[in-house]
Amino acid sequence: MTAVMSPGLRRFTKPATVVAILVVALLLPFMLSDYWLSTAAFVLIAAIGALGLEVLTGRTGQISLGHAFFLATGAYVAGWIGGNEHMSAAVWLPAAGIVAGVLGAVVGPFALRLRGLYLAIVTIGLVYIGQYLAATWTGFSEGAGGRSIPDVTFGSLNFTNGFSLGSLSINRNGCYYYLALIILVLAMLYVRNVTRSTLGRSMVAVRDRELAAAVLGVNVARTKVRAFVISSALAGISGALYGAFLSFVVPQEWGLVLSIQYVVMIVVGGMTSLWGPVLGSIFVIGLPALLQDVSSSIPFLSNGSNNGVIAPSDAANIVFGVVLVAFLILEPRGVVGIGHRIAGLARRRAAAQAAQAAQAPPPDTTTPTNPTSHEEVQATS
Amino acid sequence: MTTFVQLLFAGVALGAVYALIALGFTVVYRSSRVINFAQGELLAFGAFITSWLVLTANLPFWAAFVIGAVATALVGWAFQVFVLRFALGRPEFTIVMLTLGLATVLSSVLPTLFGNFPRSNGDVFGSSALHAGGFSFFWVQIWTIVAAIAVLLGYGAFSRFTKYGLAMRSAAIDPEAALAVGIPLRRVYATSWFIAGAVSCIGGVFLGGYPSSVSPTISDVALLAFPAIILGGLDSPSGAIVGGFVIGVVQELTQGYQPRYIPALGNDFYVIAPYVVMILVLLVKPYGLFGSKPAERL
Repeated sequence: MTAVMSPGLRRFTKPATVVAILVVALLLPFMLSDYWLSTAAFVLIAAIGALGLEVLTGRTGQISLGHAFFLATGAYVAGWIGGNEHMSAAVWLPAAGIVAGVLGAVVGPFALRLRGLYLAIVTIGLVYIGQYLAATWTGFSEGAGGRSIPDVTFGSLNFTNGFSLGSLSINRNGCYYYLALIILVLAMLYVRNVTRSTLGRSMVAVRDRELAAAVLGVNVARTKVRAFVISSALAGISGALYGAFLSFVVPQEWGLVLSIQYVVMIVVGGMTSLWGPVLGSIFVIGLPALLQDVSSSIPFLSNGSNNGVIAPSDAANIVFGVVLVAFLILEPRGVVGIGHRIAGLARRRAAAQAAQAAQAPPPDTTTPTNPTSHEEVQATS
Repeated sequence: MTTFVQLLFAGVALGAVYALIALGFTVVYRSSRVINFAQGELLAFGAFITSWLVLTANLPFWAAFVIGAVATALVGWAFQVFVLRFALGRPEFTIVMLTLGLATVLSSVLPTLFGNFPRSNGDVFGSSALHAGGFSFFWVQIWTIVAAIAVLLGYGAFSRFTKYGLAMRSAAIDPEAALAVGIPLRRVYATSWFIAGAVSCIGGVFLGGYPSSVSPTISDVALLAFPAIILGGLDSPSGAIVGGFVIGVVQELTQGYQPRYIPALGNDFYVIAPYVVMILVLLVKPYGLFGSKPAERL
């Protein structure tokens, strides 16, 4: 058997996989119905925000339940600059990221004094204060009734009308899908580079043992604040896109439930992997959409016409909760971890077979190869 | 003056509920270092069960109350026995998220079972009030304070004088040492979750009393108990109780006076006032007013 992949081959297949995923992602809008295209756009938009939370919680180990606050910041900045000041998305999209990032820098120092659970509780407070501001600060948010957020426009390109190039035409959903895809890919590249830099290693050190990191010369304060800034800036951009795509947002939307959904995304997807947030948002955004889609054919789900036992959104929430618990207990590394596990199993089986084949002709009794230790080395590599 | 006394009384009644909820948190936190983010949903569960037993199953209120408290306690117990037990020794993030998982499930099960609309808590007090000296006090508020004090004293006695109370205290100080001297840690944890469940049900039923009602959003109130336990410090039950009363009074006084004197903050500022107080306190004392700063070793 030659199934054992050489390291060189693996290095070659990884970019190949990425390219394949990108090609599929680029072609996807032409294969999906409009309902699923809009769901896919929501998935990509949420993945940008989840990536931010992954940097903060997954890499740096800061438990934040305040992600909804930064998402909301992005949406309202978009609404204010785009709607009240009538500027292009080229202005409000970066502005949403910057404003949310600055707020992250303001909140970040709390994490310097507070550890773990205390930080989680303070960030819950942040969510409620944010919702209150969204309902009360009427000049900016237009109050409890909610506010409209204009569509993305870049010069003459208006997402409301879609986009056409010769015979190729892309509707509003498709426009948002591609914009979110571009931003997500850029954000993933950025986060990948960050994690490979000194900052990324400092983050992991702070997560694993803050005191030890400080003793080794890591600037804990700066690392935490930077993690907060990156995380909230990504959340701001994600929130701005989300608001523009929804075109109308109300303060109730930015509650604790939204924060929890983002946490579910990174837990289910895998907390320390670049792909985790994407897989997680496919699950968290895709599942309610799927249940909504099939609600007419599944008897106990209620929809517009029949009165079922349970609303699709409630059913989705119950599944989220159960899946969250199941992943935390059975596979804390998330879907990505399951992937690693399957790959490891296949590799180990192949290695064992190779070892057996090598061993078979003359059984060498003087130096017995120890398959267990061999496997262990394979598994930890 | 009348307004002030009325507000103060309402604040103490609200504070009593917060103190109960805060007690539920600290009971679990002290024994197992777990913050139970599902406390609010347990509270809503208890309130809904009790309301359902009275209004739909036509049980007398007090019987329904007892059954509701036991049922809620069993939910807490089951969560420890069937879920949390497997996460013993995992990082605190895992445990926080597990309780959030329970919260998510319960918050969707409740509207499915009982309908997504407010309902009466089915108590026997209604809107009746005690009128004395120009003041009027709702009976439900008086009973809230009485019940809270009874529960708090009861818990104090349990913790001080019984074998399980002693076991819980020793588990709180050092779980490994407690295990080494033969304290059944899992049973201690399960007991603390049972108590937390029962206490949340009591809090929930009184919270749903006149003039409010039992609705799925009642669980948000438990999150307002966070400022209370933060004020008191997570590992101090008496601190949590003091924190509960302080937050209750602050909230009622804010509701009564702030719209008139500081209108710029908006009409519903009292809703977030506890969080603002909490953040200010944490800026000065990161481990709460009575909490202890844990020593850390390399």
